[in-house]
Amino acid sequence: MQTLLQQITNGLVLGSLYALIALGYTMVYGLLQLFNFAHGDLFMAGAYAALFVLSAAGAASVGVGIALVGVMLLAFVVSAAGAGALGLATERFAYRPIANAPRMAALISVLGVSIVLENAVMLIAGRRNRTFPSLIPQGKVVLASVQITYTQIFIIAFSILLMVALLLFVNRTVFGMSIRAVAENRDAARLMGVDVFRVIQLVFLIGPALGGIAGVMFGMYYGTIFFTMGWTSGIKAFTAAVVGGIGSIQGAVLGGLMLGLLESIGAGYLPKLSFGLLGSEYRDIFAFVVLIAVLVFKPEGLLGARVSGKIKA
Amino acid sequence: MGHEPMTQTNKPLAGTWARVRSFTRIRPVRYSSYALLGAVVAGLPFILGSNYLTRVAITCGIYIMLSLGLNIVVGFCGLLDLGYVAFYAIGAYTYAFLASPHFHVHWPWLAILPLCALVPAMAGVILGTPTLRLRGDYLAIVTLGFGEMIRLLLNNLDKVTNGPKGIANLDTVSLFGLKLGTPSRYYYLVLFFVLVFMAAIFRLGNSRMGRAWAAIREDEHAAKAMGLNTHSLKLRAFATGASFAGVAGLLFAGFQHFVSPESFTFGESVIIFCMITLGGMGSIPGAILGSVVLVVLPEVLRPVADYRYLLYGLLLIIVMTTRPQGLWPSKQRRRELTERSDL
Repeated sequence: MQTLLQQITNGLVLGSLYALIALGYTMVYGLLQLFNFAHGDLFMAGAYAALFVLSAAGAASVGVGIALVGVMLLAFVVSAAGAGALGLATERFAYRPIANAPRMAALISVLGVSIVLENAVMLIAGRRNRTFPSLIPQGKVVLASVQITYTQIFIIAFSILLMVALLLFVNRTVFGMSIRAVAENRDAARLMGVDVFRVIQLVFLIGPALGGIAGVMFGMYYGTIFFTMGWTSGIKAFTAAVVGGIGSIQGAVLGGLMLGLLESIGAGYLPKLSFGLLGSEYRDIFAFVVLIAVLVFKPEGLLGARVSGKIKA
Repeated sequence: MGHEPMTQTNKPLAGTWARVRSFTRIRPVRYSSYALLGAVVAGLPFILGSNYLTRVAITCGIYIMLSLGLNIVVGFCGLLDLGYVAFYAIGAYTYAFLASPHFHVHWPWLAILPLCALVPAMAGVILGTPTLRLRGDYLAIVTLGFGEMIRLLLNNLDKVTNGPKGIANLDTVSLFGLKLGTPSRYYYLVLFFVLVFMAAIFRLGNSRMGRAWAAIREDEHAAKAMGLNTHSLKLRAFATGASFAGVAGLLFAGFQHFVSPESFTFGESVIIFCMITLGGMGSIPGAILGSVVLVVLPEVLRPVADYRYLLYGLLLIIVMTTRPQGLWPSKQRRRELTERSDL
């Protein structure tokens, strides 16, 4: 029971990160019906951007108090700005020139961006894993014999904050309204005076910015970042977006949390369930199995009934 | 949108091209250049003269087979398969299981050949049956996941696949008592299969099924309305592509005498994808040209080997944004890709 609770906690943390990344996928998809392959790598690039600035500022060893808050703020702002700028560049150079071409062209082009980003970071920062400062004082709370570190609490709280902010932005502001309008019907939105390309840019900025922040939290949580992390996390986050119902923001959050829980609990019990045949090294397969299963049985996802017509061929 | 400036920049070249075109239309010129090309290909190991260069030629051949196979799936039928390398891996491991000291099994090569085509095709059908009903980009992500799954399984099923260490000392291919141990002998085996594949794919493209694939690629709903069983046709494209990859895997394994999961990463799928994108999707000469360029180029550019994938990524972006029909496009495909689609 105690291990189960512990795994649920870990799963929720993991799930919040997946959810944050999934938001970027789901927003771009909702707007353009384009799977932005580069998004996972934008998440990774955000983490590296923060690492560069932090190590340049010598922030690996800071005390507590104001300095710490400043450093954290710096890390998040840099990662969000870096990933956001790269997102805008993706839109400008890989999407916009072929916005009217068949979708496959755009898909291949953003795949190219993903490969470029991954290898550029590898060439700049090296192949080896890089240690990432934890930023938050080490320590933990024990709740009903479950250990929760400060970092975990921070990740969950900050993710919730960001998601609520995003929901408010999309549902309550005029920018959000224009995003929803374009997602609903691009031509009608244009006739109503919405600047469609500005909206697309906005989404290519917000999604990666959230992804970049998730990248920093990934680094804080695991203590290390690597240039391929956008790859595995990206696929899982995409799975989360599909599970929740692609195009739906609430769906991405729900899907992310579910996938995080499933992966954490599943990996813990996998050896037992399979009588020692499969070890926990198979945890990465979970996402794919879930993805295929969801696409087969409920391709519109859990909360995605509205867009179901867009999914099936 | 972006096509008007392109035709303008091409203008100074257009005259030269037209002259080259009209020159190649003269029959004797055309046939003698074919004959020359044929002679070069037939005598390549002797012309190259070194084992290293012959090995590069064999690698070219294997990649040509892979890109021809992927061309069926992506180019003909318009299905975005990003896990194509999984079928290549299945073919290679099938050979490794059946012709190595690993399980102490040493089947004759000719007995393994059909299996290496069948097993990947079956895997393709199993994967394709549920997923080919989905729209293109979903298929892309599912196939990508499938590719990773196969690689993870190869890495982790230590007892069966020997894990990351791979399987070594595969049998030397021998046909009718003739050992194909030297690169120049092996070259002819690969050449034979490349030619067979080219003939097969050429016939397929012009067949009823090939036209049905093109119809699906252009408009699936319309194809369905015309009474085509699109799901079954897509499955067949998927399975055919998979069996091509399986045979390529068999030849790869026999050539290297060694297989390990490292040869079957997503990067490999990307390379094959780049080859057909560069050459021109749906185009047979394009696929061949793309494969040769992307195999030979890294050999020439050894000093900048680290930048290889970076360049591949840039290549994908640049080709897609400026010349989506590729270097040597098929006529039909060029029309499709330059047409405006509705927003």
